[in-house]
Amino acid sequence: MRRFVLIAIPYAWLLALFLVPFVIVFKISLSDIALAIPPYTPTLRDGFAEFWAGLDFENFVWLTQDDLYWKAYLSSVRIALFSTLLTLLVGYPIAYGMARAPEEWRPTLMMLVILPFWTSFLIRVYAWMGILSNEGLLNQFLLALGVISEPLTILNTNTAVYIGIVYTYLPFMILPIYATLDRMDGSLIEAAEDLGCSRAQAFWLVTIPLSRPGIIAGCFLVFIPVIGEFVIPSLLGGSGTLMIGKVLWEEFFSNRDWPVASAVAVVLLLILVIPIVLFQRNQQKQAEKDT
Amino acid sequence: MGTKVFAPWDDPNAKPLIQFRNVTKRFGEFTAIDDLTLDIFEREFFALLGPSGCGKTTMMRMLAGFEKPTEGQILLAGQDIDPIPPNKRAVNMMFQSYALFPHLTVYENIAFGLRRGNMPKHDLHDRVQEMLRLTRLEKFAGRKPHQISGGQRQRVALARSLAKAPKLLLLDEPLGALDKKLRQDTQFELMDIQEKTGTTFVIVTHDQEEAMTVASRVAVMNDGKLVQVATPDRLYETPNSVYVADFIGDVNIIEGHATATGEETYRIDWGEGREPLTAKSAQPFSAGQACHLAIRPEKVTITAERPTDADNAVQGRVHDIAYLGNLSTYHVELPDGTIIKAQSANTRRIARRSFTWEDTVWLSWTATAGVLLAE
Amino acid sequence: MTRLSWFNTVSLTLGFAFLYIPMIILVVYSFNESKLVTVWAGFSTKWYGELVRNEAFLDAAWVTVKVAVFSSTIATILGTMAALVLVRAGRFLGRTLFSGMIYAPLVMPEVITGLSLLLLFIGIGLDRGILTIVLAHTTFSMCYVSVVVSSRLVSFDRSLEEAALDLGASQAEAFRLVTLPIIAPAVISGWLLAFTLSLDDLVIASFTAGPSATTLPIKIFSAVRLGVSPEINALSTIMIAIVTVGVITASLVTKRAMVRQQQDEQAAIRAG
Repeated sequence: MRRFVLIAIPYAWLLALFLVPFVIVFKISLSDIALAIPPYTPTLRDGFAEFWAGLDFENFVWLTQDDLYWKAYLSSVRIALFSTLLTLLVGYPIAYGMARAPEEWRPTLMMLVILPFWTSFLIRVYAWMGILSNEGLLNQFLLALGVISEPLTILNTNTAVYIGIVYTYLPFMILPIYATLDRMDGSLIEAAEDLGCSRAQAFWLVTIPLSRPGIIAGCFLVFIPVIGEFVIPSLLGGSGTLMIGKVLWEEFFSNRDWPVASAVAVVLLLILVIPIVLFQRNQQKQAEKDT
Repeated sequence: MGTKVFAPWDDPNAKPLIQFRNVTKRFGEFTAIDDLTLDIFEREFFALLGPSGCGKTTMMRMLAGFEKPTEGQILLAGQDIDPIPPNKRAVNMMFQSYALFPHLTVYENIAFGLRRGNMPKHDLHDRVQEMLRLTRLEKFAGRKPHQISGGQRQRVALARSLAKAPKLLLLDEPLGALDKKLRQDTQFELMDIQEKTGTTFVIVTHDQEEAMTVASRVAVMNDGKLVQVATPDRLYETPNSVYVADFIGDVNIIEGHATATGEETYRIDWGEGREPLTAKSAQPFSAGQACHLAIRPEKVTITAERPTDADNAVQGRVHDIAYLGNLSTYHVELPDGTIIKAQSANTRRIARRSFTWEDTVWLSWTATAGVLLAE
Repeated sequence: MTRLSWFNTVSLTLGFAFLYIPMIILVVYSFNESKLVTVWAGFSTKWYGELVRNEAFLDAAWVTVKVAVFSSTIATILGTMAALVLVRAGRFLGRTLFSGMIYAPLVMPEVITGLSLLLLFIGIGLDRGILTIVLAHTTFSMCYVSVVVSSRLVSFDRSLEEAALDLGASQAEAFRLVTLPIIAPAVISGWLLAFTLSLDDLVIASFTAGPSATTLPIKIFSAVRLGVSPEINALSTIMIAIVTVGVITASLVTKRAMVRQQQDEQAAIRAG
């Protein structure tokens, strides 16, 4: 009896507030927009037969017809891929440096990496607005140095979006890589050098392959949430920055087209299923290896 | 041929493979190796023995190139190896943790060092196969390190470090991770492989039994210094200090004062009201000099009656008996409370054992049974 | 331990400079006299004054804190239960679905979670306000809590509970007297995580908040969209200060507990 209650309460909560909402999204994605409250048709008030008949895939067809949507999906994936790579390139040396730092520094360095994670995401994105704008500090700095003669336009471009993503998602990349590097047996590097490797060869042949699980985990942890990112493109990106999270938001709040917004969400979810399943499988494989 | 004993260390013309010349190594304030000089010869199986923190691992790491001496020189075949980085030294090391690359198969682990050179593919394959045969790992070539047993991992580590045919192989506690039975088998395997390949082995261990079994010579270390360097039998029979006598095997140490009574013969006074002991020693002692008499328990005879012809005899009571199967060690308490250990072979069934707890017994030994030590 | 090579020193210095310089700039410019955020015109705390007089911000902050306290507390209870189910309950009908629902919100884009919850609330005719935000935040943060707590439960030594039962405790007593105190650090960090996630959330709150209840992130977002403003810098500085003090205190407390434990162990060895 006690076991039943223990299972039933969180289960019921998740069913009601996680699964059922999805079913509703899916249902509305098959409905049509209407000037009513709620602004779509059919609803169950129309009777079951009519309700069933009123559902169609019109919105999904629409998504394929209008350039905006598939371009936005494509550009989200592209931005996510490229920024994941950038985050890896920035994050790996930091994680490596942390793992090689004297042992008594490491907890402090860890705290310094985690600290920004506890501060508001919104504020961290906002911080870059003042730096990257035309009159911003970066341009003032570069002008003063004489590197440039005209202010660079960075804010409201994809470059600003990349900077914002790398900045906010960096801890997600550093921590798993650091974890694998920290666990690594230092004598492996010595063994490689003993067997004739130079420093660089030992890094390439031993350190990189052994930190692969961390690299993979870090990349997924950045890639998956970035695809649906909304705050960064809307604050740092410009009109040319197409990301599907922003499209969905505007479809819902500005156009008030709930059925199309729902259809956009369903397709986004389908796109995300692939990396999520791959990620889960990778984590499981890792967990099995560790035991 | 073959009758000549392998003992280059006694040959003044033999050229050492490795020479430590007044080597000192300091880590900050701590002196790990203190002005140490040592020669190791080709084809030797040399053991560095000592408690943890005595500096034996530091010596090995200096040979491998992971540490540099603070002062002094290390020569390999007459050449100063100080400027040569670890990856360019003709020295390979077998790590205590084995340090097998977990992402590579057994085959690739063994081939790792060979691939660093420009060895033709075919030769490389042959060499790896040879190593797999030598260590009886042919069946496991395709496995990853986590898919094989501890003993097999140990053999992979050995094969990997031998594959490049180094002039010198360093083994850092190579058998530490194995259980006792497997360790004994592997000791003989190691000796076999050392003989077959003719490589010079330097092994670091804290296990005196292991050092005695495998090594041609053993260096006993303490606090960054060499205490004694000798063959196992000399180390056991003629230790040069109480430290070595105590570290190698079981021993009784009796403290007293020596007085010469004849040629190389001394009387040892070891306490009020005790019959003095007699011992022979080639090492001279001045009259009344403090000394330690070290006697191995197996050289002490235990009898019920006082033996008539013994050089030394003391009476005591059996305090404890350690039954080891083939042997029994008797802890005999003298009237003043001193404990002396005597060992005897159990040639009879235990029920017919001559002595039991609380029996009064006599312990005796000859004048040459013990070693007289100054410190 | 070897010293850092120059490469590691450079990468750590640059890395942490990248992480911290933007925030330092943010803090510095919150004390700027000028309305133009990018031009330094002398030290002033006037924007903090403006902030305190801005009732819309204060109201939003109050709503945010209320939401965070309620949602993180409920989420901690539900998440701990879910963790117990995941680690302890063994097999039951729909277990795969259950663990799927625990892990899915962790990787779900916020826009989708927000949209789906909003559609649910409208579907059942629930008026949007504090209640709906609390429900929404509880749902996604309970999943984070259950991940944190279950990772602690996995390494929990079951024989401790068995010992309690053997000594006459009931199941409930064994849980309350043995299990709970031991997993408490994980439960507390789960609560802190849930609390921060709730304070931080913009997207899900935007979907589920009604005109009657606006949270601070929503307020900040709408202000920031129009461009940088020194008042927001002042607000950010306050938030950064709170978090920094909190995190440093927490890590000092843990560190001191660890040092104390080590000292106790050493003392025990000496005494023994």
